[in-house]
Amino acid sequence: MLEIRDLHASINDVEILKGVNLTVNAGELHAIMGPNGSGKSTLAFVLAGKPTYAITSGQVLLEGVDMVGMAPENRARAGLFLSFQQPMEIPGVRLDQFLRAGYNAIHKARREEELDVLKFDRLLTRKTKMVGMEAALTRRYVNEGFSGGERKRNEILQMAVLEPKLSILDEPDSGLDIDAVRIVAQGINQLRTPQNSVLLITHYQRILNYVQPDYVHVLINGRIVQSGDKDLALQVEAEGYDRFEAKEQALDLSPSCPPLPKGEGDVSPSLLGKGARGLG
Amino acid sequence: MTTTPQVQESNKEVKAALRQEYKYGFVTEVEAETAPRGLSEDTVRFISEKKREPEWMLQWRLRAYRHFMTLLARDQHPRWAHLRYPEIDFQNIICYSAPKQKRKLNSLDEVDPELLKTYEKLGISLAEQKRLAGVAVDAIFDSVSIATTFKEELAKRGVIFCAMSEAIQDHPELVRKYLGSVVPYSDNFYAALNAAVFSDGSFCYIPKGVRCPYELTTYFRINTQDVGQFERTLIVAEEGAYVSYLEGCSAPMFDTNQLHAAVVELITLDNAQIKYSTIQNWYPGDAQGMGGVYNFVTKRGKCQGRNSRISWTQVETGSAITWKYPSVLLQGDGSIGEFYSVALTKGYQQADTGTKMTHIGKNTRSTVIAKTISAEQGEGTYRGLVKVMPSAENAWNFTQCDSLLIGDRCGAHTTPYVEVRNNTAHLEHEAFTSRVSEEQLFYCNQRGIGLEEAHALIINGFCREVFKQLPLEFAVEATRLLEMNLEGTVG
Ligand SMILES: Nc1ncnc2c1ncn2[C@@H]1O[C@H](COP(=O)(O)OP(=O)(O)O)[C@@H](O)[C@H]1O
Ligand SMILES: [Mg+2]
Repeated sequence: MLEIRDLHASINDVEILKGVNLTVNAGELHAIMGPNGSGKSTLAFVLAGKPTYAITSGQVLLEGVDMVGMAPENRARAGLFLSFQQPMEIPGVRLDQFLRAGYNAIHKARREEELDVLKFDRLLTRKTKMVGMEAALTRRYVNEGFSGGERKRNEILQMAVLEPKLSILDEPDSGLDIDAVRIVAQGINQLRTPQNSVLLITHYQRILNYVQPDYVHVLINGRIVQSGDKDLALQVEAEGYDRFEAKEQALDLSPSCPPLPKGEGDVSPSLLGKGARGLG
Repeated sequence: MTTTPQVQESNKEVKAALRQEYKYGFVTEVEAETAPRGLSEDTVRFISEKKREPEWMLQWRLRAYRHFMTLLARDQHPRWAHLRYPEIDFQNIICYSAPKQKRKLNSLDEVDPELLKTYEKLGISLAEQKRLAGVAVDAIFDSVSIATTFKEELAKRGVIFCAMSEAIQDHPELVRKYLGSVVPYSDNFYAALNAAVFSDGSFCYIPKGVRCPYELTTYFRINTQDVGQFERTLIVAEEGAYVSYLEGCSAPMFDTNQLHAAVVELITLDNAQIKYSTIQNWYPGDAQGMGGVYNFVTKRGKCQGRNSRISWTQVETGSAITWKYPSVLLQGDGSIGEFYSVALTKGYQQADTGTKMTHIGKNTRSTVIAKTISAEQGEGTYRGLVKVMPSAENAWNFTQCDSLLIGDRCGAHTTPYVEVRNNTAHLEHEAFTSRVSEEQLFYCNQRGIGLEEAHALIINGFCREVFKQLPLEFAVEATRLLEMNLEGTVG
């Protein structure tokens, strides 16, 4: 489904991602954990093709197709979805209108059926029920005056409507109380299928009590320093990120490191694993 | 306050501006009866005679003509607007052009089929309009009102909706009473010109207590090259009456400029309301700035009665030059004036538009919401005046003028004036200039929406408060028009 090979990316000439390797297969849910500023959102934005980021080297393959240089709308049409950590407001544009525009653009690109207002409305009503969102919210302007919880749930609703192959969820749990986290987690679980994959970015282990990850990766300073299963998340929870940060610094000090070698993740196989592939 | 943009447009695709062709730029071949080129007392007499006008009308025109010539001699062209254009040669324009017709028309079936085809091309087929309930149409082709639909149905309720020339014949007492009472010929340069040579326009009268059951619509069309169109519209709403009125405009493509200098006067008596909406799509000129309509318009409403209300809503997408300030005189106590505007400039278009709210009566209220959108090399200016007279106890105004910039070569300027002579007044003003943000665009793109559609969505959202004021079917039209005009300028 998704294959990231030695990805380096920068913003304003500052390198943020310093060689990320990751493979996600169909049906898998990978959690990416990391402290603030470690580059989690950067990874999400780079994958989605936000123009302000520059990929300096590396490859990103979605179902075998290299996405580097592809316009963000084309990535979306190819089945990539990003749930924003901070969803944008679009004043004056109704959510239902916005979502129909997206739905139809994606379907048009795939030569699938586009829906008129009535048909789409039916679909939307079904999806709002599914993610437990008030239907009235879809007639308001996109995210305008939405509470934090409503914004996050709205992102999940959009995921439900667009039915992506790969969903990148950037901290869908941040700023939510425990009940809201549970509701968002339920939404994510309902949308999981054996065909689609999820990259769940989170700062806290909490949401992983409700969503079962196949793999957990720890991202520190633009690099995945350790991969493991659900227990790794518990370890992070118990010990904090300090220990992982020390590991990352050790990476930097290692003479083979700067500049980071391309290709096979041979920086420190014991830490990174091949392409950080699960327990690899 | 003037805001000058220093915006960097990073998106290459936005710069690759492919132009959208003007879709209404066809010329209709009909035989026309045309006044000699130029402006003289003879021109005025020619027009008045063609219309078989009564003496008082001719005399009024001649007074206006003399006033205009004085202004012209003293070189008193209005030059304060933020507009650049070459001096207009008034001796080189044709003031009057009418499609030749043998006799007065009684029904739509008698109208020249070529003309009807024109309207069909404009998407406002009269024949269809007649069947479609809810919209009565008066169509002005160059200078003459071609056909008025729904007349009988309106007549049953005592509503008069006809061409101005007809009203002068059939309802002289009403016309004489109100014509020039809101915009006297001495008001300004172009108002004087209009009063001298106006050829037609719409007249609308809603009697006491009547709520006009239809949206009344006028379509203006300039068809002859070098022709000046000087129409004059007068709407009177008697006590407790209500009417919603819509005008639409288009013109063919010529590489010379056409002059359009209209005057619109609205009058509301006690508890009456007039909603006046405009969708203006005159030819804006080509990509190099050649041709296009010069639109110099004086629109003013007078809330004469207590608790009466006048609302102007305008969507201005066309014209090479727009000079237009729909205003309200809030004379009756408790009266309300509103101005909702979307003005788009692209290519080499220039628009200087806004409103004047003059508070005279007690407890008068006004709301101004102006949205300026500039793309390519377009220059948009909002110019507004809120004036509170000593007599206007507890006047209230809210003004919001927002500018949206697309690209880095366009400009937006905001010039609000305030003149308060009664300290019980409450005035609020908000203004901001923004550009379509990269963050919003990316959010749309991430949902599969392409750049161009994303711009259209965001810009439509920006205009929402104004579009909301339009009758539904026209709101759809306005949205479509805006999208059509922005096609190729973004994405
Ligand atoms: N526009 C920018 N210019 C320079 N640095 C930036 C910019 N945006 C983010 N960063 C930096 O990139 C790093 C990673 O940020 P981010 O990906 O948002 O982290 P996370 O999502 O893990 O909290 C941070 O150090 C942040 O300060
Ligand atoms: Mg983040």
